[in-house]
Amino acid sequence: MSVIYILLTISIVVAVLFFILFILSVRSGQFDDTYTPSVRMLFEDEVVKEDPSVKKSTIKNREE
Amino acid sequence: MSKISSCFHCGDPCEAETIVFDEKNFCCNGCKVVYEIFSENDLTGYYDLQNAPGASPNETEGKYDFLENTSIAEKLLEFNDEGTQIITLYIPHIHCSSCIWILENLNKLNKNIKASQVDFPKKTVRVTFNSEGISLKEMVVLLGRIGYAPYISLDDYETEKKHRDRSIIYKLGIAGFAFGNVMFLSFPEYFDVGEFWLEQYKSTFRWLMFTFSLPVFFYSASGYFISAYKGLRAKVLNIDVPLALGILVLFVRSTIEISFDLGSGFFDSLTGLVFFLLLGKFFQQKTYSFLSFERDYKSYFPIAVTRIKSNGSEENVQVNTIEKGDRVLIRNDELIPVDAILMKGKALIDYSFVTGEIEPLEKEVGSKIYAGGKQVSGSIEIETLKPVSQSYLTQLWSNQVFDSDKENSFSSLTNTISKYFTVSILMIALVSTSYWLVVEPGQAMNVFTAILIIACPCALAMSAPFALGNMLRIFGKLKFYLKNAPAIERLAKIDTVIFDKTGTITTNTKNVITYNGTSLSIREESMLKSALRSSGHPLSRSLYKHLNGHELVKVQEYEEITGQGMQADFGADHIKIGSASFVSAGEMNNGLQTAVHVKLNEEYKGSYVFQNEYRPGLSALFKKFASEYELVILSGDNNGEAAVLKELLPSKTKFLFSQKPEEKLNYIRSQQQSGHQVVMVGDGLNDAGALRQSDVGIAISENVNVFSPACDAILDASKFKELYSYIQAAKGTRNIIKMSIGISFLYNIVGLYFAITAQLSPVVAAILMPLSSISVVVFTTLMTNILSRKLK
Repeated sequence: MSVIYILLTISIVVAVLFFILFILSVRSGQFDDTYTPSVRMLFEDEVVKEDPSVKKSTIKNREE
Repeated sequence: MSKISSCFHCGDPCEAETIVFDEKNFCCNGCKVVYEIFSENDLTGYYDLQNAPGASPNETEGKYDFLENTSIAEKLLEFNDEGTQIITLYIPHIHCSSCIWILENLNKLNKNIKASQVDFPKKTVRVTFNSEGISLKEMVVLLGRIGYAPYISLDDYETEKKHRDRSIIYKLGIAGFAFGNVMFLSFPEYFDVGEFWLEQYKSTFRWLMFTFSLPVFFYSASGYFISAYKGLRAKVLNIDVPLALGILVLFVRSTIEISFDLGSGFFDSLTGLVFFLLLGKFFQQKTYSFLSFERDYKSYFPIAVTRIKSNGSEENVQVNTIEKGDRVLIRNDELIPVDAILMKGKALIDYSFVTGEIEPLEKEVGSKIYAGGKQVSGSIEIETLKPVSQSYLTQLWSNQVFDSDKENSFSSLTNTISKYFTVSILMIALVSTSYWLVVEPGQAMNVFTAILIIACPCALAMSAPFALGNMLRIFGKLKFYLKNAPAIERLAKIDTVIFDKTGTITTNTKNVITYNGTSLSIREESMLKSALRSSGHPLSRSLYKHLNGHELVKVQEYEEITGQGMQADFGADHIKIGSASFVSAGEMNNGLQTAVHVKLNEEYKGSYVFQNEYRPGLSALFKKFASEYELVILSGDNNGEAAVLKELLPSKTKFLFSQKPEEKLNYIRSQQQSGHQVVMVGDGLNDAGALRQSDVGIAISENVNVFSPACDAILDASKFKELYSYIQAAKGTRNIIKMSIGISFLYNIVGLYFAITAQLSPVVAAILMPLSSISVVVFTTLMTNILSRKLK
C-alpha cells in the first residue's frame, strides 16, 4: 500500500516543476509587458500581404 | 476654396502647402521624406496597419551631439561590450500598432541594428545595435528622421537603472501554489475522521502540509510581520498587527498540533489567508506604466548643453557641470537649463512647461532669462547666472516638502478601525480565556488561539484594497489616472479645492479673438488671410481659421521674420502683420495682452486680441463645488483677467494673483495648518510644489503622454468638467468600504461564536475564511461598478 508514497512524490514533483517554470517565466520578464506581444503576433500576415510576389513564388515551388 | 486634404503620413490637414508624391498628399517635406525612406526599404506596411500613423520629423542640427560624449553615452547604455550596445529609449510618439511594427523592423533600415523590441504600455523601445557600424548618435538621429525622436532627459542620466520589483508576484505565486496543494492534502481529514488508511498516512499528509506552509509563512507573509513591527514601534495599531498576530498564532498552533498529534492544524486556513491578502494587495497595485507621477524638473531638462569656450570652440558638457559665468549655446527648440542673461541672438521663449502659458515671450539682448523656458526661434547665446540646482525654478525642489512622504501622514479608514478592532479582540480573548480557565482549564489555550485565528481580519483587510483597486481601474478608463489607491481615500476627505489659472481652468489654445481698431473691408480681410496662409506660427494659424469664408488673394511677395511677424505685397497694397514693435504701434502695446497688429499701406489699422478660452463647463463645475467646498484661484499671472473671472465664478471664490511657486506651496500649507484638506489642481512646473504639498495634487493634461509635473493624479483635460463627480465617487467608495467592513464584522461574530464556545474545528475555519473574503470581493466590486455607472 506504500504506492501512495510514489503517487504523492510524483504529484508533488510535477507540481513543483510547474511552479519553478512559473517563477522562471516571471523572472525572464514574460509578465512585464502583457500588451505588445498581443499586437506583435498579428504582424506576420500583414508583411506577406504587402509583398505578393514572394507569396506566389512559394506557392509555385510547392506545386513543383 | 478647395477642400483641405489630410497628410498621408501624419494625418494633419495640409494647410500651408500640399506636396504630392507617389500620388499621395503630404503636409510638409519632412513627412514626404519619411514616406520615401519607408517605401525605399519596403516598409510601407506601416501605412496598412493604421491610417496616417506618423509624426512629421523634427530635425534639429546638433540636438543629439551630446551622445558623442562617451561618459554620457555610457550612463545611458544598458549594455556595452565587444561592439554590441543595448539602449532603452523613451519615445513619446508610440501610439499604435504601426509604431510597434516600424520600430521592430528597424533592422531593415540599417543592417547594423540587430534587434529592437517595443514595450507599448511604457512607450519604450529597446535597441540592440552594432556600435562599430552605427554609433549611438547615428541610431538616435535615424529614429528622429523617421518621426520617432526619443526623449532623453537629465532624469535618465541621474537615476540608476531600476530593477522591476516583482516580489509581489513571487509571493502571490508561492502562496497560491501552497494554498492549492495544502487544500488537497487536508481534504481527506475534513470528513473521514478515524478511517483506517487515513490514520496510517495522516502524519505524512500533515508534515507535507507543514512543509508547504513554510515558504508561505517565512516569505509570502513576511511583509505583514515587517509592517506590524514597524507599526508597533511607531506606537500605531495598524491593520497588519492583528493580521500578523493571526498568521503567527495559526502557524505556531498548527505546528504544535501536528507535533503532538493533537489535530490536523490550520495550514489550509493559513495559506489561504495569506493568498487572499496578497491577492488584494496585488489588485490594488494598478499602475499606469506609461505615466509618471514622480517627475521633477530633471525629467524635462536636457542631459547636456553646448558650452562655448573662451577661444570660441564648442564642447558638449553635462548640464550639472555648468558654472556661473559660462557661455552656453541654446539651439532652436532647446530648453534653457539655467538662469542666465541673453548675450546674443533673438530670444523667443516658451514658458508653457513652467506656467502653462503658451504664448512665447520675446527677450532682448541683456535681459534675464529664467530656467525652464524653451527657445523657439533660432539659436541664442546666454551667460549663466546660477548653476542648474540653484536657479529660480529648480530651487523649489530643495524645499523639504519633496522629501516627506504623503502616504505616511495619512491614516486610512482601515487603520483607524483596526485600532479599535485589535483592542476589542484582545479584550474578548482575555475575558473568554479567563472564563475557560475557571470552567475547564484544559480548553483555555485552545479558546485563546482560536479567537485570535478566527478574528484575524482577513475580510476587513481586503475591503479597502478591492474597493479602491476597482475604483482605480474605473477612473483609469475615464481618463482620471490616480497614482495609487490611498489617493482615492484622501480625495474623499477634502474640503478645499484650489485651482491654478493658466492652462488649468483655461485651455492651451487662445481661441477667443476680438478685433480692436478701424474696421477692415472685405478685401482687406481677404489680403490679411492670404498673407497668414503661409505662416506656421500658432497665432497666425488660429487667426487664419478665425477669418473664415473669405476669398484668397494672390500674394506677390511674402516675407516672414521669425518671432516678429510677416509682410506681404499684393501688387498695389502692402500689408504688415505681427508684434507691436514690428508694426511700430508702440503706443498700442499694453504688455498684458496677446495681440497681433495689422498695418496696411503704412497706416495702422488695429489689432486682433487673443484671449484664453476657459474650459467648457467651468462655471457649472464651480457652481457644483461652491455648495460644499472652499474655492480658491491661485495664479502666477497678473490680475488682468480678474474681472472676467469674478463674473464667471461663484462669489465665494477667493482670488490670489502673482503668486510665486514658493508662495503657492506656502499658501496650501497655511490652509492645511488651519485644518483644511486641500486638493490642488494645476498643470505647470511652477505648481509642482503646491501639488506636492496638497493632500491630493491633480495635474491637468491636454495630452497625458507628454507632460505633467509630479502629482497624485493626472486628469485628462477633456474630463475637467467631471472633476466634481469624480470627487463624489471617491466619497462613495469610502462609504462602500465602510459597508464592506460591516459585512466582515458579521463573519467575525459568527466565527467568534465558534471560537468562544471551543468548537472551532479546522473545517469551520477553512470555510469561514474564504467565504468572508469572497463575499467582500463580490460586494465591493459590484458596488463600485454600480457607483461608477453615473460617471462620464
